[in-house]
Amino acid sequence: MRKNTNMTTVNTQTAYNLELIRSDFPILQQMHSNNVPLVYLDNAATSQKPNSVIEAIDTYYREYNANVHRGIHKLSEQATTEYESARLKVRKFINAASKREIIFTRGTTESINLVAQTWGRANLKAGDVVVSTVMEHHSNIVPWQILAAEKGFTIRYVPVLADGTLDLDYLYALLSQEPVKLVTLMQVSNVLGTVNPVEEVISKAHATGALVLVDGAQSIPHMTVDVQTMDADFFAFSGHKMLGPTGSGVLYGKRTLLEAMPPWMGGGDMISSVKLTGSTWNELPYKFEAGTPAIAQAIGLGYAIDYLTKTGMDNIHNHERDIIRYALDRLQEVPGLTVYGPTAEQKGAVAAFTVEGIHAHDIAQLLDSEGIAVRAGHHCAMPLHEHLHVNATARASFYLYNTTAEVDALITALHNARKTFRL
Amino acid sequence: MDMYREIILDHARTPHHPGILNPADFDHEEHNPLCGDRLHLTLKVDENRVVTDIAWDGEGCAISQATASMLADEIVGKTLDEITHITKDDIFEMVGIPLTINRVKCALLSLKTLIIATQGVANWQTLEDKDE
Repeated sequence: MRKNTNMTTVNTQTAYNLELIRSDFPILQQMHSNNVPLVYLDNAATSQKPNSVIEAIDTYYREYNANVHRGIHKLSEQATTEYESARLKVRKFINAASKREIIFTRGTTESINLVAQTWGRANLKAGDVVVSTVMEHHSNIVPWQILAAEKGFTIRYVPVLADGTLDLDYLYALLSQEPVKLVTLMQVSNVLGTVNPVEEVISKAHATGALVLVDGAQSIPHMTVDVQTMDADFFAFSGHKMLGPTGSGVLYGKRTLLEAMPPWMGGGDMISSVKLTGSTWNELPYKFEAGTPAIAQAIGLGYAIDYLTKTGMDNIHNHERDIIRYALDRLQEVPGLTVYGPTAEQKGAVAAFTVEGIHAHDIAQLLDSEGIAVRAGHHCAMPLHEHLHVNATARASFYLYNTTAEVDALITALHNARKTFRL
Repeated sequence: MDMYREIILDHARTPHHPGILNPADFDHEEHNPLCGDRLHLTLKVDENRVVTDIAWDGEGCAISQATASMLADEIVGKTLDEITHITKDDIFEMVGIPLTINRVKCALLSLKTLIIATQGVANWQTLEDKDE
């Protein structure tokens, strides 16, 4: 048994060179302030960036900083080429049918707000139902609440079952019994780690004529996403959780939907012609990209996609499965510790937990003193925490560069935290 | 500079087929919002769908105006079906100089106007996206 385990480890290392990957991330080379190595386990909040992404941003500002789409000069031509090349990389990465379906935004939150304020504003009215879930991030609840207050439609929330999965029977009953126009849900929970069966949900929703928005913020950094196979109507995600810079994000939408949607923000680049009596809109995707875009950020996201593609999304996914399995096993050794969410089989690489007798904020503080970065709080999911009957959890979230040795450091630090609290 | 080879300058200075046909069988105006180019294109076809006359009016850079002029020469006598076979590369070949990404829009404005006028916007987008 032990022999087999060792062989598996060797094979994995041949395909997946963890040391080499770690060496690409300068921040991981530093020591934490207390002269212990940094153990970064807050990847669900934001990921670290590899050299290639940092250098791409640096090169843009040092060598060809210019505005895009307008300038007839060398720098602007190069900036435009790189910016549009990033769009093509995104198209390929999520297998969208056309580059026109790739709209650059500041992140998942802006992408969802865009759909609410254009598609939602044009299509939702009193009597309609929007279905969200109890496990959603605030960014997939609040934009719909704001619009519902104005339009008078109803929002129904799918409950979370005891095992941390969605009550799909409840969802499907809603679809067949109520005038549901939109189902909006996350593909992977940022707290429970639950991987929701979005393909099945989409197929059931489409059968009743409802559209589906998928919040991919916590899925696309960790697994292969194919928006056409999934058949999502909208897919929103952020660049900064997938090795890219903050301020980069994407809204994917099916072209026919995007064509029919009114613009959101007005300004430069999104117009075809402007007269004082009225204006006409530019073609996709520019209709939704008013103003000078986040050029360096989009280019950086393109290089992040290059890095992920080179490493292989399946390799990353397999590595993370090994890590989360190992972490869940070892977390059980800590007395009084509860992990929320499903078993490793149905879970992304995130473990939100509480330790009896120590508040999550104190856990995070004590772990930090040993160089371990985790997040504590409600993780922008207050309704979910209310459902779990806890006011805060500590969350360790893993990515392609994390090691089992870092899990070991976490476990040791948790034992130490209990000692500090005389437990 | 290579970009402003003689034939481009000639067409830009003295455009072929200036004006507007009224009545026309096809009448359409397009803009290039990024640099302000404008092109108003009118066409007449006979009962066999052959282009018998063309006239255009516009403003813009030498590249956009010259390609409109050259394209107008090209399509007189062609059928509407033949027009569906024109590609972006045909225009680039006609211009005969390498175009940078922001100038491609200028060079393609006349083809865009022609295709949207005769075949609709969906066909144009398909053509424009062909080699993405």
